[in-house]
Amino acid sequence: MTADESTFSSVGSEITVTRWASFKDQVGRSWYRFSRNPISLAGGSMVLLVIVLAILAPYVTPYPRHAGSFTDFLSAFQPPSQSHWFGTDEVGRDVFTRVIFGYRVSLMMAAVVLGISVPFGIFLGLVAGYFGGWIETIIMRVTDIFLALPPLVMALAICSAFTPTIEKAMLAVAAIWWTWHCRLINSITRSIKTEEFVQASQVIGSSHLRILFKDILPNCASAIMVKITLDAGFVILVGAGLSFLGLGVQPPKPGLGTMISYGSQHLPMKWWLTVFPSFAIFFLILGFNLLGDGLRDMLDVEAEGV
Amino acid sequence: MYSILVLVGLSVLIFIIARILPGDPARLALGPFASQEMVARLRHRMGMDQPLYLQYVAYVGGIFHGDLGLSFQTRRSVSLDIAHYLPATFELVLVAIIWVLIIGVPFGVLAGRYKDSWLDNISRVVAFVGVAVPPFVVGLIGQLIFSYGLGILPTTGRLSLLTPMPPARTGLLILDSLIAGNFSAFGDALSHILLPSLAIAMTGIGQITRLTRGSVSDVLGKDYIEAARAFGIPNRYVTFKYMLKPSFIPPLTILGLTFASELGNAFLVEQVFSWPGMAKYGIQAILRKDFNAVMGVILIIGLAFVAVNFIVDVLAGYVDPRIRIQEES
Amino acid sequence: MVDQYMLEIRDLYVYFRVYEGISRVLDGVSLDVCKGERVGLAGETGCGKTVTMKTVMGALRIPPAIIPKGEVILDGQNVLKMSAKQLLQMKGTKVSMIFQDPMNALNPVFAVGTQLFDVIRFSNRHTSNGGKLSKKEILNRAITALDEVRLPDIKRILNSYPLELSGGMRQRVLIAMALVNGPSFLIADEPQTALDVTIGAQILDLLSELVRTKGISVLLITHNLGVIQETTERVNIMYAGQVAETAPTALLFENPKHPYSQGLLASVPRLTGGEIAEGIRGMVPDYTAVPSGCRFHPRCDHALPICSQKKPPLLLVEPDHLVGCWLYAKEGDAE
Repeated sequence: MTADESTFSSVGSEITVTRWASFKDQVGRSWYRFSRNPISLAGGSMVLLVIVLAILAPYVTPYPRHAGSFTDFLSAFQPPSQSHWFGTDEVGRDVFTRVIFGYRVSLMMAAVVLGISVPFGIFLGLVAGYFGGWIETIIMRVTDIFLALPPLVMALAICSAFTPTIEKAMLAVAAIWWTWHCRLINSITRSIKTEEFVQASQVIGSSHLRILFKDILPNCASAIMVKITLDAGFVILVGAGLSFLGLGVQPPKPGLGTMISYGSQHLPMKWWLTVFPSFAIFFLILGFNLLGDGLRDMLDVEAEGV
Repeated sequence: MYSILVLVGLSVLIFIIARILPGDPARLALGPFASQEMVARLRHRMGMDQPLYLQYVAYVGGIFHGDLGLSFQTRRSVSLDIAHYLPATFELVLVAIIWVLIIGVPFGVLAGRYKDSWLDNISRVVAFVGVAVPPFVVGLIGQLIFSYGLGILPTTGRLSLLTPMPPARTGLLILDSLIAGNFSAFGDALSHILLPSLAIAMTGIGQITRLTRGSVSDVLGKDYIEAARAFGIPNRYVTFKYMLKPSFIPPLTILGLTFASELGNAFLVEQVFSWPGMAKYGIQAILRKDFNAVMGVILIIGLAFVAVNFIVDVLAGYVDPRIRIQEES
Repeated sequence: MVDQYMLEIRDLYVYFRVYEGISRVLDGVSLDVCKGERVGLAGETGCGKTVTMKTVMGALRIPPAIIPKGEVILDGQNVLKMSAKQLLQMKGTKVSMIFQDPMNALNPVFAVGTQLFDVIRFSNRHTSNGGKLSKKEILNRAITALDEVRLPDIKRILNSYPLELSGGMRQRVLIAMALVNGPSFLIADEPQTALDVTIGAQILDLLSELVRTKGISVLLITHNLGVIQETTERVNIMYAGQVAETAPTALLFENPKHPYSQGLLASVPRLTGGEIAEGIRGMVPDYTAVPSGCRFHPRCDHALPICSQKKPPLLLVEPDHLVGCWLYAKEGDAE
């Protein structure tokens, strides 16, 4: 090894070390900001708890068979008890079990809808913001049309064209959801593209694709992350609304909105059929919102001290 | 001009969605026992054997005569149906907007002014709960507590069966009963609208509280607030005048979106409270694939959205000279 | 002799609570402004100039700020011990300030006139007679004030919103607001930085002329040494929350003593010489982990062992010239 090489490598490792240190410092600061905020910690734990319960649903629920079209009319309409924490429904199924399985459906819905709509929205937003001109005009005017209706109404309208199933509901929600991400990314891209590092990249002849995905996209990352977390809650909310109106999850599948819709027919006597699934939805959406809010505080670079 | 483009786009979009309905509207209208020939005749009468774009042109032509087609469900003109159901929804959403303004805005201002105080923490909870709880859940739990449990509020409808309808002037029962000087009907209408309007307003209250809080705390950090204080203007005066006005701009500009989300919530809440409004009519239409009625309801909602945004823009221009001056130049 | 001083800052410490712990920003700052004097406070960005200014204006938010020690005496009264009411009476009428960025210091949603009228209206409540001004009187004072800062077309300006005015015009409006209630002391925080160079120079000329004719004492805060040289009579060089050197402006520019002042002056490019400006190595320290003793010692080429152990006192090196540096210490100064 020559002297030159060794100097070079030591300089390299020094840079790595400082980078790692600054990364660790950044993580530390972010975590500090996040952990100082008990509300966002609570949100994170709530979401984590629900996800774990949903994944392990067949193992943690007392009556996994009750998730489907099981019937046991002898134990129908039992109020909450030790053997049935949330009571039983009109055909004798354990409500607690169905709520946990209902979480599976809700989380699945959020994952599928965002999995389809977010990449699509991001791509169109990047293209619209970066290229501008008529491309931007067309894309953004189309999003305007979608945004002229409340998301639930738009989803309802799309759903109405099909026989209601949960898959169709997911597609319908995904079909409108991309517009929000498209707008967000479009506005960020528009402001970033005039910055020097993007222009420098253009000057040294990077391809458009490279600039879009290597220079601009990483700068949208934290905004996207916060938006996705908050959106998960909203998608679940819209999904529950569709199910409540009979256009989402179809029985005997356990959807939280569907369960509430059926349960509400038995108010006020069989209150547990409404109250527990309601609380379950609320718990999950609240968790996502608190987490999203915490992430927003954490990822925003705020002025400190002096 | 631009909003008209949005409306046209919306109508095209909905027309396409509605016309690819797997079900045949003519068949649905006539029922399963009608002969093939009858169905074909009805299709012809409804113009459904024409190419799609001609159907669209005919539909839009009808709109300008106030004709939204016939509803298969009620067998009446959709325009008449909507005129009949619209005031109930309008009343509900209007009261909900008032809730948002009188709860969300002051709460947000206080929370932003006294950041990290107990009040701020309560506002956080209210905001998060408001946004996280589905409106139909608010409605159902409200019914459970106040109607079934405490028995102090009615469960469904706009008026009690025994209360005679006040003569229709505006279609808004609260106003009509006041105009008629019928205070018992007024109280009855008010008690009926309380829960559903709050259920609709929850989301908006949450959003506006949060946004107002953020905007107040932003403005408080601005140089111009520090400057006003440095020039010897008393704190309280700075707060009420120099802080509030700029703080109101962000919540004002999203009021259009709040309105839209309330209209969306109405679709759920009218169902819970059997509120005889347009949203409930729309849901029935969607479930029964009543194409003309779905189109009509959606167009009206789109129109309302455009109109509200126009009003909001005017108001924002009034509060914020930056918008006004930009538009003038 | 108390009356001689407009502003006396004595051994002022200001800390902030932050994530890393406690940020020790001001570390025993002392500086004076005599009546009628124009004093500069110069230093790099982040050396504590703004914190000093906010403390004097009673505008520090406590917490997160902590003031463990020190006195700020403005015209005979300790600002740190004033009640809210006393502070309010002081602002505008006794002390006022000019802000760095005229773009942000005017409220964007109110007409210029509205803001100026309020400044006039409220100051009057605290004047000796306590009577209210008539609308006409307020308008007259506003017009006079805007006339003094040489704004043309005053009626139009009163009715304009800030965004309809250029940066220079806004700064003039702000100067009018600062001076309209006749303060005897003015803090100017980089009044020219946010403006174009030529406009900034006009603003400085106007300001110098106004304070001279009105006999107002000034504390000018800036990182621009050229501005200090042109507009002040005495200058304090600040480094990392400590006063490094204080002297009459001409004296300091001619004969800087503190190694930091020397470095600072050397880093200013001169039009006369052909040499390239030198910089000072290193950076302003992190206030949560400040160097012990003299805060400049890690960057100082002449550092002595004592520099890292003990903070240097301000030493008189020649008449009216104080330096906070151990290089100029005589026997016994260390005790």
